[in-house]
Amino acid sequence: MSGPLLEVRNLKKHFPLQGGLFGSVTGYVHAVDGVSFTINRGETLSLVGESGCGKSTVGRCILRLTEPTAGEVLLDGQRIDHLSPGALRPLRQRIQIVFQDPFSSLNPRMRVGDIIAEPIINFGLANNKNEVEDRVSGLMDRVRLPRDAMRRHPHEFSGGQRQRVGIARALAPGPDLIICDEAVSALDVSVKAQIVNLLAALQDELGLALLFISHDLAIVEHVTHRVAVMYLGKIVEISDRRTLFASPQHPYTRALLSAVPVPDPSVRRDRIVLRGDVPSPINPPPGCRFHTRCPFVFDPCRTAAPSLRPIGKTEQLVACHLSSDAAFGQSNAAQLQTAAASKNAPLHGQKRD
Amino acid sequence: MALLEIDRLQTHFGTPDGVVRAVEGVSFNIEEGETVAVVGESGCGKSVTAMSILGLVPQPPARIAGAIRFAGRNLLDLPESEMRKLRGNDIGMIFQEPMSSLNPVLMVGRQIGETLRLHQRLSRRAAESRAIELLDLVGIPEARRRVREYPYQLSGGMRQRVMIAIALACNPRLLIADEPTTALDVTIQAQILDLMRDLKHRLGSAIMLITHDLGVVAEMAERVVVMYAGRKVEEAAAGDIFANPQHPYTRGLLGAVPKLGCSLEHSERSTLAEIPGLVPSLRKPIVGCAFAGRCPKATQLCRELAPAVEEKAPHHQVACHFAERKFPT
Repeated sequence: MSGPLLEVRNLKKHFPLQGGLFGSVTGYVHAVDGVSFTINRGETLSLVGESGCGKSTVGRCILRLTEPTAGEVLLDGQRIDHLSPGALRPLRQRIQIVFQDPFSSLNPRMRVGDIIAEPIINFGLANNKNEVEDRVSGLMDRVRLPRDAMRRHPHEFSGGQRQRVGIARALAPGPDLIICDEAVSALDVSVKAQIVNLLAALQDELGLALLFISHDLAIVEHVTHRVAVMYLGKIVEISDRRTLFASPQHPYTRALLSAVPVPDPSVRRDRIVLRGDVPSPINPPPGCRFHTRCPFVFDPCRTAAPSLRPIGKTEQLVACHLSSDAAFGQSNAAQLQTAAASKNAPLHGQKRD
Repeated sequence: MALLEIDRLQTHFGTPDGVVRAVEGVSFNIEEGETVAVVGESGCGKSVTAMSILGLVPQPPARIAGAIRFAGRNLLDLPESEMRKLRGNDIGMIFQEPMSSLNPVLMVGRQIGETLRLHQRLSRRAAESRAIELLDLVGIPEARRRVREYPYQLSGGMRQRVMIAIALACNPRLLIADEPTTALDVTIQAQILDLMRDLKHRLGSAIMLITHDLGVVAEMAERVVVMYAGRKVEEAAAGDIFANPQHPYTRGLLGAVPKLGCSLEHSERSTLAEIPGLVPSLRKPIVGCAFAGRCPKATQLCRELAPAVEEKAPHHQVACHFAERKFPT
């Protein structure tokens, strides 16, 4: 089939806020507010952003661990967002998830072998006990866990090895897509590298698609094919890896990239330090959601919300008034030029002499 | 004389399953006004070292040996009443979790003022106006209103600013910051690191920065101490550590860190260098070099004899049998 594996169209999730004496709804948290993207077979799309931007909620809505408020989710062109739990169940085989915390996402009372066998048994993928055991040991080899781990409990393992168990469990039903929700964030540097490399190797061997949800841009740059940057429930920029890291267009993407500390004291960079905090998603600011912190804000940003538009003829989409050249009349031309000039200052820094 | 001298510090914990050797003979100094980063992965003993300096490790179950000399006085010999005079006054502390280290039922102004009233005997009113000055200093807008707010009304970045205000209230000579930005988002981390650098220039405190993030180290530190399994494995100036790492663990750590901008050099996705294996258990005494089990260059010698920390180049100490000696002749 030629279409994308997964397509998300205008996904929204508004969590109701209850207050008052009788628990009436007093407002909504706009966690995800109109997000669209596609993932192809064998591709990694990374969803990056800071805490509270809604990136994890997107992942949970795709799996219906959280019920979306509006929007469509399509797997191989078939809508899955409105299916009944029973009709969705067989499709769950095809989308699996690895959670952030390997300590709370594994049942402490089950043996590692049983944890990995559970999806195989639940989906009826093996005919007898021996077949289950064969598949489990195959999966354990695949994630480089020692065979004797099968009879032990999760607490006997380190964080990195537990995450391997979580990955083996996700691989067990033979999925097409794995959602990695901050799957390496809780791990130490040296172990993180092991798990990141394992995920990349598994993707190459099995042709998996990955939705890699992370706040760590340096890790994302290593693992991803495409990147979507989220801010306050919306995607502000989406493009292939090289373009995004070489020429980020949205001011938020630029600030985010410049804020990452680089492990090399000889590099000096001009940092864009954003003032203030992320506004509350209960009352998101009107217009562009980033305008309260944007160093290049001008009048249209305060009233009109920019939509995702392609830059030139590339596949880079940016939601910023500064990047949509034809969107505004000549009166803004001068303002645009000065803002754009300062926006294109060098980002990646130069070596000191 | 250095401001802080840690001399063969040993912190062991007695547990029902045996002794955990969290810190095993660590020595380093911090000079007046200097920023020293202590780097390592979880369980390497960096936080326990900080807690031992502050006398916050209860004995028993812990047993602390060695010496910690602050301005010439051995803190391990001081009675608790003397330590109380030091903590928050001469030595300030910033913890990782700003939410759990602030008292949720007290206004932030009162929490900042507490240190001032205790150590500097300020009146309630004087403490509050000083608290407002401090909130201004750490860049909290509308300090006059914020001083009467509770921690839950502040964002994570603001809470960490309050923690810094508390730590700096009495102009400490040494500030211990244990993973001060780990719980924060990158854009907020950038703000807090900027603030810490700026305050250091203005107030001149020495900083002991504990972190696992080598990016933060590169931005902040003048000198770096690398720890592994409760031991110091390398110490050098920050530039030296990054340009010329000697210990195989330091090299592995630097190789395993993903670097921003890699897509500009390789168009294909690249694999990260891994350090194979796991950190050894601290419950059993380690024979030989603690890193031998994971080291690509380990020999029989490494498995039998623990290497001593030696100066292998000027101001560059390494604990490895195979680190080259490089002294200009």
